[in-house]
Amino acid sequence: MTAVTTDTPVRLTDSTKFRAWAEAVAIPVGALVVSALIFSIFLIFLGKSPVDYFQLLWKGGFGTSFSIQNTLQRAAPLILCGLAFAIPAQIGLTMIGAEGALVLGGFSAAAIAIPLVTGGVPVVLTMPLMAIAAMIAGGAWIAIVGWLRHARGVNETISSLLMTYIAIAIMNFFVEGLLRDPGSANKPSTMPIGKDYMVGTIPGTDVHWGLLAGLILAVVLQLLMNRTTFGFAARVTGGNARAALAQGLPVGRLVVACTAIAGACAGLAGYFEVAAIHGQANASLVAGYGFTGILISFLARHNPIVVVPVAVMFGAIAASGGLIQRRMDMPDATALVLQGIIFVVLLTSETLYGRFAIFQQKAGADRT
Amino acid sequence: MSDGILATILISMLGGAIRVSTPFMFVALGETLTEKSGRINLGLEGNLVLGAMVAYAVSYHTGTPWLGVLAAGVSGVFLGSMHGVICSLPRVNDIAVGIAMMSFGTGVAFFFGKPYIQPSAPRLEALPLGSWSDSPGLRQALDINPLFFVGIVVAIVMWWAFANSRWGLIVRMTGDSEPAARAMGVQPHRVRIASTAIGGFLAGVGGAFLSLSYPGSWNEGLSSGQGLMAVALVIFARWNPLRCIVAALLFGAAGAIGPALQSVGISQGYYFFNAAPYILTLFIMIASARSSSSAREAPGELSITK
Repeated sequence: MTAVTTDTPVRLTDSTKFRAWAEAVAIPVGALVVSALIFSIFLIFLGKSPVDYFQLLWKGGFGTSFSIQNTLQRAAPLILCGLAFAIPAQIGLTMIGAEGALVLGGFSAAAIAIPLVTGGVPVVLTMPLMAIAAMIAGGAWIAIVGWLRHARGVNETISSLLMTYIAIAIMNFFVEGLLRDPGSANKPSTMPIGKDYMVGTIPGTDVHWGLLAGLILAVVLQLLMNRTTFGFAARVTGGNARAALAQGLPVGRLVVACTAIAGACAGLAGYFEVAAIHGQANASLVAGYGFTGILISFLARHNPIVVVPVAVMFGAIAASGGLIQRRMDMPDATALVLQGIIFVVLLTSETLYGRFAIFQQKAGADRT
Repeated sequence: MSDGILATILISMLGGAIRVSTPFMFVALGETLTEKSGRINLGLEGNLVLGAMVAYAVSYHTGTPWLGVLAAGVSGVFLGSMHGVICSLPRVNDIAVGIAMMSFGTGVAFFFGKPYIQPSAPRLEALPLGSWSDSPGLRQALDINPLFFVGIVVAIVMWWAFANSRWGLIVRMTGDSEPAARAMGVQPHRVRIASTAIGGFLAGVGGAFLSLSYPGSWNEGLSSGQGLMAVALVIFARWNPLRCIVAALLFGAAGAIGPALQSVGISQGYYFFNAAPYILTLFIMIASARSSSSAREAPGELSITK
């Protein structure tokens, strides 16, 4: 790897690394605490008790083995959608179209299942084919975003969001027309894939295998981004695209590859939503996981492994929603307000990096 | 297809274009002002949704829809100032903050909007400009909301002010070169906060149109990306307020294809035509990205074009 060489070697002592690490943990955690305080003031203002809220949040998210499983169940698509934002972020893209890739992936899995299931193709073949179809559909969809960015300079944030709406329209178009199951009267859906073709649960739990898939992908992508030439080149591009081009890195291919990986992650989330939860593709796929994934990735500082615990936290917020709604008589949008506050406070906290002396190298140390 | 059906489609597309374009126009004008000052606010979708909710609630409680429009604008100023102040801090990314503001604005709107989904609030009266005609289709198409004309006036005023007023010059200078602005004794952050706040006001008013005129009620699916499409529209209009009107009408017409076809009984592919504005936006972005005229007219400090 001769892509980046500096004349003066950067001396990264263990202490420096630790300080940078501590800063990257302390500032997001601080942002979470501040968000919780602001949200508490909001609740007091409405005449509700913040203590009750956070107790119910804990109870509904982690209080019983049922609620823990509920939390993990919801964390599965959130991990995958968090990864879908984190990987493009490492190459410098703000790609917010995971929701669309999830919908299109789930729909593709359900659509390909129709001929396979009716044709009697064995389960062992059908299930992987569905997953692959979902990943290809989602991956290709978001790869278009990356390609447009590289080849035409189209802003990826806006194009990926537009493509989300187009993806939802594509699903609606088929679900309400060509691929509509005649049995789905009130809620147009594709044909149910049937119990035999559903993804089971991890033994001893009620949590489907999507959680494990998310965990494995998080580890694999962590290694890919930090331990391989590909990941190194991608991060160099993210740091300075022009420098990367000047060094002869294949920036276009890297951008398309990263966006394809992101789309495949979100598409896989769509597969599990169809094959483990709904059993068919319909409007329930549009559940906002893709958008929550953006916030999760920011909180995790776009670090694939850290996405996992953060996604579990947001899974708990989602899982406790019903309990809070019933006990405190608050609308389901409460979680959205909390997420919005966290999002705004977190991005504001970006300004604090490098401001605290305790996280910096001692004066006189070698700084390049 | 007979001439009669074609005429019906065209007339209902004309009416639809005018109706659908109004919120686009307000958001695009607000975004133009913000971007001219050198910042991009992707959070106007949040302003639009919150504005729609606030306008509906205020109109319901006071019985005066125009008070709702004003309140929607004020809610937009609130969100816009938040964006403006946060982005003035060093090392904060305006695009990311925009996504956060979108999520915050929508969350707050859904939270407080729950009780207003059922009741019906007084709506803005449309001007019956088609009363001379005896064709009911044309009459309906020419029932135009006064906000449409307000938007056109705002666009003309903005276009004039950018070229001729001291304020317009300051905004453009801040957007083109921060060092130049500093050299002239202008504080870029203040100009940008003010531009984002006023831009937020306009986007809030656009939201008021959604809930008080067309579609004309408050629900959580009211806006589906109009706020974001308007940002793309600004690039297409090359930061010119007058071109924003034309672009908004074009987007409005694209959005009106589906309902217009449905009005003559063609419902096949309704969802496909619903996606028309998004597809159109995407193609326009592909066509206008990297175009030399777009690069020449873009504000120099804008992160989206760098």
